[in-house]
Amino acid sequence: MPDNALLRVEGLTTVFDTAAGPVPAVNDVTFEIQAGETLGLVGESGSGKSVTALSIMRLVQPPGRIATGRIVFKGRDLLTLDEPAMCAIRGAEISLIFQEPMTALNPVFRVGDQIAEALLVHGRATRGGARAKAIELLRAVRIPDPEVRVKDYPHQLSGGMRQRVLIAIALACQPSLVIADEPTTALDVTIQAQILDLLREMKAAFHLSLLLITHDLGVIAETADRVAVMYAGRVVETGPVREIFRQPAHPYTRGLLASMPGGAPGRRLRAIEGSVPLLSALPAGCAFNPRCPDRFEPCTTAPPPDYSAGISQTAKCYLHDPHFATRTPHSALRTPDAAR
Amino acid sequence: MPLVEVSHLVKHFTRGGGLLRTGARVAAVDDVSFSIEAGETFGLVGESGSGKTTTGRCMLRLVEPSSGDVRFRGENVLGFSSRRLREARRDMQIVFQDPYSSLNPRMRARQLVEEPLIIHKLGARPARRERVADLFRLVGLDPAHLERYPHQFSGGQRQRIGLARALALNPSFVILDEPVSALDVSVQAQVVNLLMDLQRQLNLTYLFIAHDLRLVEHICDRVAVMYLGKIVEMGPTAALFASPRHAYTKALLSAIPIPDPEAERRRIVLDPAAVNRNATLKEVASGHWAAL
Repeated sequence: MPDNALLRVEGLTTVFDTAAGPVPAVNDVTFEIQAGETLGLVGESGSGKSVTALSIMRLVQPPGRIATGRIVFKGRDLLTLDEPAMCAIRGAEISLIFQEPMTALNPVFRVGDQIAEALLVHGRATRGGARAKAIELLRAVRIPDPEVRVKDYPHQLSGGMRQRVLIAIALACQPSLVIADEPTTALDVTIQAQILDLLREMKAAFHLSLLLITHDLGVIAETADRVAVMYAGRVVETGPVREIFRQPAHPYTRGLLASMPGGAPGRRLRAIEGSVPLLSALPAGCAFNPRCPDRFEPCTTAPPPDYSAGISQTAKCYLHDPHFATRTPHSALRTPDAAR
Repeated sequence: MPLVEVSHLVKHFTRGGGLLRTGARVAAVDDVSFSIEAGETFGLVGESGSGKTTTGRCMLRLVEPSSGDVRFRGENVLGFSSRRLREARRDMQIVFQDPYSSLNPRMRARQLVEEPLIIHKLGARPARRERVADLFRLVGLDPAHLERYPHQFSGGQRQRIGLARALALNPSFVILDEPVSALDVSVQAQVVNLLMDLQRQLNLTYLFIAHDLRLVEHICDRVAVMYLGKIVEMGPTAALFASPRHAYTKALLSAIPIPDPEAERRRIVLDPAAVNRNATLKEVASGHWAAL
């Protein structure tokens, strides 16, 4: 592993304390983001992707808590910092764009003041200069008439415009890492395309690294350089975006890709059977095993470790254990025409 | 004769009115016409606010239209008395988007599916019970779970309960309003397959309201694209997706994220000023209409 990663998450486990004991929402998660890279974190609701983002920002609220792991950002373990030091990083070095542009902005303050707040808190502008900088940022995220819009309240803006304001706030202090948690889920498809284009442009213009969290494989394919696939709190597969789509290594990833609408119209889709397990009642062994078409003996014994699958892919799946190398996965036989 | 025929449907909402002030009138649905043949899946696509959900609700008179005509088997639904309407609703049903909020949390699954039978006074208790168990099996649920409450089911299972409830009265026409968009990605395909299976098995006609264009392309025979309350393009799915004519349809289709990192992308951005909002639908190819 190269040591110049901007962010390296190692063995992160975040649990929620419940009456029945701690429930792991994020379970031994490891990944890294290189400078200038977009890592797509893909998973369904409850897979732990948002809790991973909150853990990196150290914003997990009780009953949730980070149990173990290291979050190394520019060589420093964020989990060892005191709160004032962490505050200096949040919003300035790492910023977060939330899913809901309707609720993430404060309805009683003008958008210009909300951008200015980010600058003032981190001492990046004086009160006088903040307004001018806010206008500049609104212009950068392509809001028309920024001099007028800076005085608008959030309700005067459309969903797409609000998401642009949130991006402007996230970029205000020129962070090196932006975490975007489902940044386009609440938006219409044409607005989604504009916001994704904007994120790509901003990434180049501001030399950002991006952690893009989404459940939409189409968004991943269009935006990410590398992908980490989460299922039931674990990263089950990682790899470059092309490899993941061309040759998915984990049966869950294969299943997700194969279940997308495509192929001959009207044909039944190749659904993944069953449903996502409750984190409080995970099956023994691999959490995906009850739904897996390739399940065999070791799958129910212990959670699989990361195996190398291909040149730069990893997968938590016993199919890639050299001991079982002769097995042909059932699901792999079904991918070629599903990839479309 | 088409099973359902909507002509010149209009729904106004009043915005910003007060005690002494009349508010601005907004046409959520603005002169919409289309027809659906028996056995067909007709897709209604468009962005939030385009009027697609309001159109569906007007058709069942869950929202009263301001003007226009909705004909079902040739009869004008808007002229029905409330008694006749209740009868007609046995034949026209709706499945809502969110299986978390559309099922009463205090009712057991059995009660939820049985309720329409009770309202319409269909069958004595034992016959109803049997019908409910059959419906449960039909949508792929285990009748052993009939006494459970909605929260004890997963999202996909809840949507199956909503579907069983809609099918209880043996309708021929079902409006599916974003039926899978609230479900986990890995579960969506199961419910889509179920919808397609049921259509074949029960000879259903669907109005499929959705914003997921990949899914619409897969399951709809014909599609209408709505933009600001109007249908701007309508036609056979394959033709419309292959050669969209209206500027808005072109922009919409080009915005669909392609799940293939190597695919070539050409984004077409809509210039709203370039859309002639007064253009009427013209037939540009056989059965393919566009407001140009």
